[in-house]
Amino acid sequence: MLDADFFRRWMTATAAAVDREAERLTALDSPIGDADHGSNLQRGFTAVVAALAKESPETPGAILVLSGRQLISTVGGASGPLYGTLLRRTGKALGDADEVTEEQLTDALRTGVDAVMTLGGAAPGDKTMIDALVPAVDALGDSFAAARAAAEQGALATTPLQARKGRASYLGERSIGHQDPGATSSALLIAALDEAAAASDASEAADE
Amino acid sequence: MSDVTDTTDSADTLVGIVLVSHSAAVASSVAELAKGLAGGGPTAPVAPAGGTPDGGLGTSSELVSAAAAAVDRGAGVAILADLGSAVLTVRALLAEGDELPADTRLIDAPFVEGGVAAVVTASAGADLAAVEAAATEAYSYRKE
Repeated sequence: MLDADFFRRWMTATAAAVDREAERLTALDSPIGDADHGSNLQRGFTAVVAALAKESPETPGAILVLSGRQLISTVGGASGPLYGTLLRRTGKALGDADEVTEEQLTDALRTGVDAVMTLGGAAPGDKTMIDALVPAVDALGDSFAAARAAAEQGALATTPLQARKGRASYLGERSIGHQDPGATSSALLIAALDEAAAASDASEAADE
Repeated sequence: MSDVTDTTDSADTLVGIVLVSHSAAVASSVAELAKGLAGGGPTAPVAPAGGTPDGGLGTSSELVSAAAAAVDRGAGVAILADLGSAVLTVRALLAEGDELPADTRLIDAPFVEGGVAAVVTASAGADLAAVEAAATEAYSYRKE
């Protein structure tokens, strides 16, 4: 079962990954975007970690809803409402249970990804965060590690695509040959999920 | 609609307009333009919500929420947005449920032309549906 500590670890690990990779995300956003993806997400997830410490939400759903609201209000770019909606809808789908199963998380995350597709109007293949998130959710039924690998593969696979959504779409064919920054940060989010799970396994092993 | 003829009361029931742009200068300039073209009399309440709180380019959900609250007179609020995060932020706030006044709509319209049409019709006392229709109709105005 996945408890509130698991979800706090997921958000903390995402914030650490965004901090670590902020320069790379902004560099990826320079040729096809407006060179602010790393700094925008850094501001957002710093606010998420601060809000979780201050308000101490006690359920998985409440943690993700609060995190999503922070992203919507602090990021300033399109990734704010997109990631904010992803986490908030996923959190709402988890309800107010103290613990959730991996299957419930998979279903809730699929609801969240669907909401992102509705909000931004993007479909798989449009060279967006959806290209990492959809394969990740599809693989999450197998394992967290499989979801992480699928998200990372999905992000790499955006390189030859032509952007059809967002600012990069204005570039037309010139968007081809660049890895999508949104898909790349989505892969960080899913990798952090795997890290949170690995930390749970380690602490369970230590308890035995 | 109530059958109010007193101008003070009817002014209280005008639809409010919020203009959301990545740029504070664009949002406030379009607001000024629209109010200028709405004629000499009192206009509908209009508020710009442009850029980030620190003056950069982007979208601030706080500025959008504050602008919507500032123009809400109880007759509804029409929000026009330019592109990208401006549109997505408004949509996300609407989905949130409690961040914007009850009868708030994101209007699918060109930012400048639709903004002018919205402010002109709202200033004439039109209801939210009529304001939306006038702003959306701006798409059909061809320039060549």
